[in-house]
Formats: sequence, C-alpha cells, structure tokens
Amino acid sequence: MAGVTFQAVKKVYPNGTTAVHAASFVIHDGEFTVLVGPSGCGKSTLLRMIAGLEPVSEGEIFIGDRVVNDIDPAQRDIAMVFQNYALYPHMSVYNNMAYGLKNKGLARSEIDSAVRKAATLLDIDGYLERKPGQLSGGQRQRVAMGRAIVRNPALFLFDEPLSNLDAKLRNQMRIEIRKLQRELGVTSVYVTHDQIEAMTMADKIVVLNAGRIEQIGSPHDIYHQPASVFVAGFMGAPPMNFLTAHANGQGKILLEGAGELPITRSLTKGQQIKLGIRPEQVSASQEENQGLAFDLEFIEELGAARLLHGLLGTEKFVVHQHHDHPKPTSDRLFLRCPEQALHFFDLHSGQKL
Amino acid sequence: MASEIPRLSGIKWSVIGDHAILVVGSLFMLLPVYMALMTSTHESLFIHANGAQFLPGKVAVENYHQVLFVPGGFNKTITSMTMFTNSMIMGLGFAVGKILVSMLAAYAIVYFRFPFATLSFWVIFTTLLVPLEVRILPSYEIVQSLGLLNSYTGLIVPLIASATGTFFFRQFFKSVPEELLEAARIDGAGPWKFFKDILVPISRTMIAALFIIMFVYGWNQYLWPTLITTEEGYYTLVRGIKQITSVWVGANVPEYGDAMALTIVAMLPPVLVVVVAQSWFVKGLVESDK
Repeated sequence: MAGVTFQAVKKVYPNGTTAVHAASFVIHDGEFTVLVGPSGCGKSTLLRMIAGLEPVSEGEIFIGDRVVNDIDPAQRDIAMVFQNYALYPHMSVYNNMAYGLKNKGLARSEIDSAVRKAATLLDIDGYLERKPGQLSGGQRQRVAMGRAIVRNPALFLFDEPLSNLDAKLRNQMRIEIRKLQRELGVTSVYVTHDQIEAMTMADKIVVLNAGRIEQIGSPHDIYHQPASVFVAGFMGAPPMNFLTAHANGQGKILLEGAGELPITRSLTKGQQIKLGIRPEQVSASQEENQGLAFDLEFIEELGAARLLHGLLGTEKFVVHQHHDHPKPTSDRLFLRCPEQALHFFDLHSGQKL
Repeated sequence: MASEIPRLSGIKWSVIGDHAILVVGSLFMLLPVYMALMTSTHESLFIHANGAQFLPGKVAVENYHQVLFVPGGFNKTITSMTMFTNSMIMGLGFAVGKILVSMLAAYAIVYFRFPFATLSFWVIFTTLLVPLEVRILPSYEIVQSLGLLNSYTGLIVPLIASATGTFFFRQFFKSVPEELLEAARIDGAGPWKFFKDILVPISRTMIAALFIIMFVYGWNQYLWPTLITTEEGYYTLVRGIKQITSVWVGANVPEYGDAMALTIVAMLPPVLVVVVAQSWFVKGLVESDK
C-alpha cells in the first residue's frame, strides 16, 4: 500500500504543448481518487506519468516515499486497467492474468493460486481457458481487473475503464470496482471524463481543465462548493445555470433583464458577477409575482422528475422539478431562488467569490 | 402443372453468364497444368512431332521413373531427389530467412526511436522498385568475391532482405494497439519478451501469408541459381527442367516428356504449402482479434 505525491509535476510534449502545468497534490494511502475533466485536460497524461508510460518533464512523482521518475513501469509496483482492456488476444484468460507474474519469476504454484483466487473474486473462474475474443465486453473488463489484482500492487491505475461498456453494464461495473477497491484497500487512481463516475466512485475528486488543477475535494465539496465556473459547469447533470449580474451595493443583485434578488452578503456596488444556480435548488410556481419571471419553452420528462427548459430574461435556464409537483400548465412561471442556492463567481476570472 | 411454370422461367441468364465467366477463368488457369500432365505421359519424339497433348499417352510410368529415379545431368550423378532437396532448402531458406529479417526490421522501425528511422524505412521501401534483374551484376560480384559461389549461403543469403515483407510487417505492427505494448511493459516484458511472447504470436496470420508467398518465390527462383551455381550438385528442380530441354543440339531431341513430368513433380511442393498454410491462414483470420 502506498500513497502518491505530485511535486510540481509538469509535462511538456516534444512539440512544445504543455499537457500538465506544475501539478502538486497528494493521494493518500487507500484512497480512491478520480481525475476528471474534458478530453485534452491532461488527466490521462497524469495517470500515464504515474504508470511510467510517459516521462515526467519537470517535478517529482512519489509512490510511497520513493521517487519513481526514472523507474521502469514494471518496477513501480502498480497495475493498470486500460480503456480497451489491452488483453493479449492470443493468450487464454489464465495466461493473460499470469503473464506479469511469470515475468516476475514467481513459482508456478504461486502464480496458480494467485490467478485462481483473483478469478474467484471476480467470478470469471469458468472462463480461464477461453481467449479474450470469446468473451463479452463485461467479461473482458473483469479479466483486465483480474490481471491487475493478481499482481497485488501498491497502486491501481484505471484509464477510463468503463467507457466501452453499455450504460447498464457501466453502472454495474462502477459499483463492483468500488466494492472491490474497498475490500482490497488498495490506493486507486481512476481517470474518467464522466462526472457521474467521478461523483459516485471517488473519495477524492481532482478536476482538471486545460492542464491545470481546478479543484481538489470530496464529491460533496466539489458539487456544493465549486471553486470556479468550470467546476460548477462540469460537475452535475443537467449542469448549473449561469446568469450575468451585478451588485447594487444595497443588499441586492440585479440580473440582466430578469429582475433582482435580495442577498445578505456584501458585494461592492457595480461588481460584475456570474451567478450560478443548480437546477434542483430552485422552485417554480405558477403563482404570479412569486419570484423571477421564467418563460417555459419545453419540458423533458424523466419519470422521477422533469426538466423545465426556458428563458430567464434573455438567458437559458433549466429547472429540475420533482415529479410530485404538478406539471406546469402555463408558459409563464415564477422561480424562487433561496440565497443558499446562489453561487457567486467573478465574471472575468471565473473564480468563486 | 402450375408450379412447373415458374421453375422453367426461373432460369436466370445472369447466373449462367456469371458461371460461364468463372468456368472460362478456371479453364484458363487449369488447362496448361492439365496439358503438362497429359503431355508428360507421351514419348518425346511423338511430342516433338505433334506438340502438346490433350489425351494421356502410354509411357507415363517410364517418364516418371526416369525423372524421379535415374540420375541425369552432364555427369549422370544428380537425381531429382538431390534437386528436390536443393529446391526445398532454397524455398524454406527464403521463406524463413525473409520472414525473420523483415520482421526484425519492421520491429525496429515501428517500436524503437532511432535517428533516421523513417528515412531508413523509405530506403528499404524504395528497393521494392529495383528488381533482382537490375542489380544482378553487382550482386553476383559480391557473392563471387566473398567466395560464396556454389554454396547454399550464396544461393539464399543475398536475396533474403525483403522490402515487401518489411512493409507488410510494418503496416501490421502499426495496427497493433499501443495499449498492448503498454500493458506488456507494466507486466514486466522487455523488448525481447514483448516480441517473442506477444508480437510474434499475434502476427501468425501475417507470417503464414508471407510464408506462402516467399516459399513459392524461393522455390521458383531461376535466374539467381543459374548464375550462382555451376556445380550440378546444387541444381534446383526449376533449373533441372531447363537442363533437360536445353540439349537440343544436332539430332538430339529434348526429352519433352521427362521435362513435363519434372514440371509436374516440381509443382507439387508449392501446391502443398499453399494448401496447408492456407488453412492455418484462414483459421488465424477467423480466430484473431486484436
């Protein structure tokens, strides 16, 4: 078991593009950390640097208390699960799992017991003699997990391992991976672009954007106290609504063309802000003058809830409404936004105020 | 009654047309082989007078006995068994050598970063445009000055570098997912282990395909062996055929029947290789997925 420490780790590709800007953070022992962000944000590069598949340009990476910058991937005491599983197509499931151990020079009996134990744990002991080509996507995923587990590593690395599975299987595997990681207690780093995976699986989320760390925190913190417009907009589906506004310096903020909201926190007069509001934290009613006027355009029915899409003034706005609310019958609604639902960001820097 | 009418009108002329084309194509391919087989059963004088034959003759056993078991050549020392062995060494040497060399070359080009890697690939590739015939004099000169005339080494090694093979393996290796290499690296496989344990096994369909092509190519070599070997002990089957027909001096009539018989014999091993290797090849195609 080991944690991972990044000290001002930077990655510059030979063509001059900087994939990761001086990242420093700590992943604690036994923690399940998710690196999340849109494609090209540097999350995979970070993971591949931990694995040793990508050289580090500057800074140091520690696994445990050992600097691993110049250590071969095989010597780092890690195991990795790849997006396309990367199973050896000509080897049986058994040999796929055993290959790394054979290269380590373990005794045949030791390898056998490790493989059979992992296979039982993952419920793939019926397929040990099959080739990967004869397995379904979910089974291949398990084999890839098995190959990681038999190595008994200090660190698991996952590179978008669920993105090739269908939605149902993805939900199932998400829970299984998390359960397995809890059982084994192995520190894990998991890369995904799917914010739901990040929210549901992580002990700690690292949100990345354009090679920079936007925020590090627990799923709860990231969701409820986003540090920037980017994090607020990336985490959560449907995403947070944003409105341009400015403070009047007398306990109110004026929304552009959509009315005003009273606030208790003090903001300097004329300060330009970006106001963020989560769709599920506002309530809509048809009673006149009960808040901000909202022009309903269409309704998405989700079953357990419905999404009301429309305009607040001139800006797009979405309201998430629980199904036991009556379905709106008129196109003009009124929204109530409690102050604790409001997130204030600087209009220009996007940082939380 | 009513049911017979559609059956009569059910003759599809397009189907007949398609089959006619296929039949003509097959005949075009098979007829020369058939004629060689039939002609090989006639006496040479008869063939000399009447040309190639469509019907079997009476001396099949004699002709085949002659080419297979009676020593021939200038010294009357070489049998077709010797020539067969030589051809086999040539074909196998070519196939194995070319696959080995081109696979290693492609492995270096695709998986290792070294200066001028791309350039060296293109240099290898452009040699595709230069056939053996063009460079035959310098090649001969080199083999001669190395003292490799009349040796298997001289027969095989100078032609072993294969641009075609290197090109095919390069394309194949490039299509192998990068993640496989990375997984192997994490599994502790170095360059040699990755090559031996992963790359070679997943290339087996490619190897089978190239083996067929290269074996037949080596087996059918004529010009190169003619230049490099002067001792009859190194004659290949293909040369032997030529040797039989090139005795037409004065009143000598070439042993056409024997030549045809030897041709048929010489054809069998490549056919066998194609048939056997093709079944692996197809099996590999069906099983494989990267």
